[in-house]
Formats: sequence, structure tokens, C-alpha cells
Amino acid sequence: MKTTALILMATLALTACGDRLGRGGAGDGFGDAGAGAGGFGAGGVGDPSSVAYFQQTIGDRILFAVDQSTLSPEAQTILAGQAQWMNANQGYTALIEGHADEQGTREYNLALGGRRANAVRDYLISQGVSATRMRTISYGKERPLQICSTEECYSQNRRSVTVLAAGAGV
Amino acid sequence: MPPAPPYARLSYPAPKAKVEKPRHSGDTGRRRRQDTKEVSVTPPLKSFLPKLIGIVLLAFATLGGPLSAPAEAQLRITITDPTLSPMPFAVPAFVARNAEASELAGDIARVISADLTNTGLFREIPQEAHIARIGSFDAPVQFSDWKAVNAQALITGSVLAEPDGRIVVQFRLYDVVSEQPLGEGLQFVGTRDGWRRMAHKVADAAYSRITGEGPYFDSRVVFVSETGPKDARQKRLAVMDYDGANVQYLTSSESIVLAPRFSPDGSRIIYTGYESGFPQVTVIDVASLQKQIVGGVDQNMSFAPRFSPDGSRVVYSAEVSGNTDLYALDLGSGQTSRLTSAPSIETAPSFSPDGSRIVFESDRSGAPQLYIMPAGGGEGERISFGEGRYGTPVWSPREDYIAFTKQNAGRFHIGVMRTDGSEERLLTGAFLDEGPTWAPNGRVVMFTRETSGANGAPALYTVDITGRNLQRAATPAAASDPAWGPLLQ
Repeated sequence: MKTTALILMATLALTACGDRLGRGGAGDGFGDAGAGAGGFGAGGVGDPSSVAYFQQTIGDRILFAVDQSTLSPEAQTILAGQAQWMNANQGYTALIEGHADEQGTREYNLALGGRRANAVRDYLISQGVSATRMRTISYGKERPLQICSTEECYSQNRRSVTVLAAGAGV
Repeated sequence: MPPAPPYARLSYPAPKAKVEKPRHSGDTGRRRRQDTKEVSVTPPLKSFLPKLIGIVLLAFATLGGPLSAPAEAQLRITITDPTLSPMPFAVPAFVARNAEASELAGDIARVISADLTNTGLFREIPQEAHIARIGSFDAPVQFSDWKAVNAQALITGSVLAEPDGRIVVQFRLYDVVSEQPLGEGLQFVGTRDGWRRMAHKVADAAYSRITGEGPYFDSRVVFVSETGPKDARQKRLAVMDYDGANVQYLTSSESIVLAPRFSPDGSRIIYTGYESGFPQVTVIDVASLQKQIVGGVDQNMSFAPRFSPDGSRVVYSAEVSGNTDLYALDLGSGQTSRLTSAPSIETAPSFSPDGSRIVFESDRSGAPQLYIMPAGGGEGERISFGEGRYGTPVWSPREDYIAFTKQNAGRFHIGVMRTDGSEERLLTGAFLDEGPTWAPNGRVVMFTRETSGANGAPALYTVDITGRNLQRAATPAAASDPAWGPLLQ
């Protein structure tokens, strides 16, 4: 698998640029390497086994209501797709990031991000993804995706992002 | 000895009660020779901190003529007086006792003046307006000259630069109206690089004698220095003197650092760091910069740490399977104990000054509110009942109040309430105010204020416990998460 992945990475180095990826942030120590903004893994968006497909076609992120960590029907649909992909592509681990908007105190938002990331993890487990392939992290309000101070941005920042890395998990 | 720090007393009078008397040491009229002073030598401080080697009482040996009655000085400020207007004071440049001390003599007076003026309780009579010139520290004071410029308090001092590099600072405080000294003179001996500390000690003594409150100028603040755009902020731990001087960075900006707090003796700082990739409670030694992860063993994420008042324990939050509860770590044994077991979020713990109780934030009622439980854990009794959401409670070092962040109707506030939740008062209101920390005397609160929008950035602010004197604190860059350290010894 490792060899295959390396070959695929090499062939795809040219095509994978410009993907809009999860904002991994500093140091995710899970899996072989930080997923970051790289183009590892198979294929472009057109290849259903590619990370790009996971990120863009299935969707690597879901959004939450204010103060909530419950999964909306839309979120569940996306997560079911994520689980299906992970079950079909066993050579990846996932770091699930939980984020909050800036309305709220720093420490409460860290806890809230933890709740959100774990809601995603629990759902993926319920869909058959092994717990050993996933880890969660909360960034609280430290890594906003959008920087305005209105609900338009806040709604994009209340999110979880499933960041893939090559590896077999623990 | 300087006046006893009142904040150390466990049963400090409630702030509503008027302070009846300035806390000066009483025997102001007694004649003593300077060479019979007590000497107290302070223990060694952290290596990077300038040292104060000794503090000495100076008797008023040279006052002309017997003092009339042991007259009670009239000089006083009651901080909670709503009609308070700033007290005019004068601090002429200190007398340089040799040429090497001449620059410091002026600088020290400026720092003293800034300390007192920034409290909002004092107003300086500018030096250009002074009629009298202090040519000698021991010469009698011409009170009429100071009355003529409307000064009510007068601070005089001298500076001597010793050949061995040490400096000697002397000071006296006078009540101009009653023409009396207020407390005894003091002499500080220290290294030259510690001159700002000596100035703060002088200002602390003057502030304490006039207000009856504990000192706080000779203290440091740890905070998070922030650079870069809002969606890629870089954060570093930094410490500074309370007035923004002597900034030192403790970490690089390679990983996120959040919410640092001093150990009770100021030698260590505990914070939430992402150095391992995941948020973990970390302790850094201020002198050696050695780091150690102390929280989060078998826990996915640990954060919101705080030392116990005796420094032996740490209370913090940890998230396990999405659920955040409070835990305590005994630093000596390494034993961790769980303090809360609820499906809700429990975070932002803060010890009472006697270490017996913990105030914290929980959303068990559906929204974040404040609760108090025994330090060993337990159910917790809710103390906040107003509208909105309450967070980041911090117990005053004087035990009388709990400061908190309140979020209500789209705005954030810093507020205080009694420890039973009564007498809630909001001190500030803005787009985003959060994370109060107490000055060592429990009279001033510092916090983070962040502006809104794409270019929004945080800064540190202070406000008096009365809600007066809101001021931005000086920091070299954007800054957040301040925590005030102890009064330096």
C-alpha cells in the first residue's frame, strides 16, 4: 500500500495543487504526516479514491448551529459519505478538527470544539470506521476560516474538518 | 519594613466599608538616627529579575524642631468614594547624590509619577509648576511652596550610585496640608538594572499609605503576544512589568499557546500549549525556560490550568470522548483526581485564596454559568443567575469578589460579584471583552478586549474594581490572555 501511495503521490504532484484543503493548522501529530495542504493520495477530484475527491466531492467539513454539537441531516449525509470513503480506503487515518466561532470565551470554545469533533468521530464509528483510525483535536476559536465578525462568517467557522493522513492508525 | 501587604490578610474588610485610617506605620515623629535601621534582606529572585537587595526604614532624623502633636495625617483616598477626585501630588526629580546617579534620579521620579497617575486616583502637579527645588534629601521641606502649587502629597527622594554597581534609593512621603510626614522614609538597595523596581516600590508605598490598599506596582504580567492575520495568528508567551516595561518572550510562535497563569511565587507559568500537536497543560520555568507537559495523561486534550494558592496542585479541564470535566493534579506525587463527572462542559476553574474551594464554569443548566465546589470536587453550587452567559470566573486575592466574563445581548462584559453571587456589577462592555485577572491587591482587573471584523485584534486593558479608569495597557504587539503575577519581594 505504501509503495502504491508513493507512486500515486509522484504522479499526482502536478495535478493536486490548488485543492482547497482543510486548514490543518499547526502540528497534527496523528498519522504518518500532517495532511496539510499537500496532494498525497490517489487521483484528482475525478478519482473516487482520491483525497481531493474526499475533500471536495464528499466534503471534508460540516457546520454546526450556535453553541451546538448536534449533527444536522445535511451533516449526517456528508459524514456518511466520509465513512463510506474511509471504509473503502483503509490506508488513511483522520484527524478530526473541531472549531468554534469567536463568540464565546477561549476556554469554553476549546471544550465546544472538542464536543463537535467527537460528535463527528462518534458518527463515523457508527458507520463502521475503526476508532483506532481517528483522533480528534479542538482549536476552539483559534483558527477561524472566515474573518469577518458577522453570522455569515461565524456560520462557516462553527465547523469540524476531517483531515486525512496516510497511515494505518494506532 | 514596608507596610504589611493587606491582601495577604484573609479577613480583609469589605470594600464598601470605608478605610478609617491610612495604613502608615505610625511612629512618624520619633527621632532616630539613620544608622539604627532594621535591615531586611530579600530571598534571591528568579535569575532574570533585577534584584532588590535590601529595604531599610529611614527615620526622620532631620526634621527641624519637635513635631507638634503626633498629628494624624489627613492625606487619604477612599477608592470606593463615588465623589473621588484625583489627589494632586508632586514628585520632583530625586536628588542625585553623585554624578553617576543624575540620570536615574529623574527617571525614577517619572516612573513613580506614571504609577500613581495611571491609577486615576492621583494627579501630578507638573515639575514646571514647582516653586521649591529639593536640593538635599535631608533638608527641611518648605511646605508653603508646595501648598502654593496646590500639592497635597509630596514625594521626595535621593539616588546614590555605588562604585560596586549597586544603587541606593531613599524616599519620603509628606502630607503637605498638615505639614507632616506620612509614614517613615524608606531606603532600597539594589542593582542598577532594577531601578524601575525600586521606583515601583516607592510608588507602592505611597499608594498604600494614602489609600490603605495593598501595593501592586512592583509586579509582572504574563500574556500571549499575537502577530499575523486573524486566520493565521501566531502566538507567543511573554512576560512584562505590569506597566509594559521589560517585555520578555518565553516561547517561539511555532505552536499555539493559550491562557497562561503564574505560579503563586512567580517562578513558573502554566498554560495550554499545542507543542505536541494537541492542546496540553504545560508548565514553563520562567528562569530556565524548561517546559514540561503536566496534564492530559490518557486524556485527549487538557487545558484551562491554574495553580492552587500554595502551588502544590494544579486544577484543569480535560476532554475525554468529547466530554470536558475538571481534574486536579498533585505536582508532588503526580496523582490525578477527577473533580467533576457530568456530561456537560466544566472548565475555567479558579481556587479561592485559601485553597478550600474552586469556582468554575459549567453549561450543565443549558448555558454557561458559574458554580463553586469544594477543592476536592463535588456537585457545585450555582452562583450566577443573571441574564446571559457567564464564564472565566477568577477569585480575587482578597476573597471578596469573583471577576467573570459575561456575554449578553451580543456584547461581552467584565464584571464582579460577591462570592455568593450577589451584588453583580458590570465594569466594562464591548464587542468582545474576556478573561479577567486580578492585580495582587484585588483593586484592579486586567482583561482582553478584541475588536471586531477582519482586522480585529486583541489588546490588554485595565479597569478599577469600581468600574472607573478604563485604560489600555502598553504591549509591543497585539496581546491577549493576561494573568497578573504576585507582588515581587
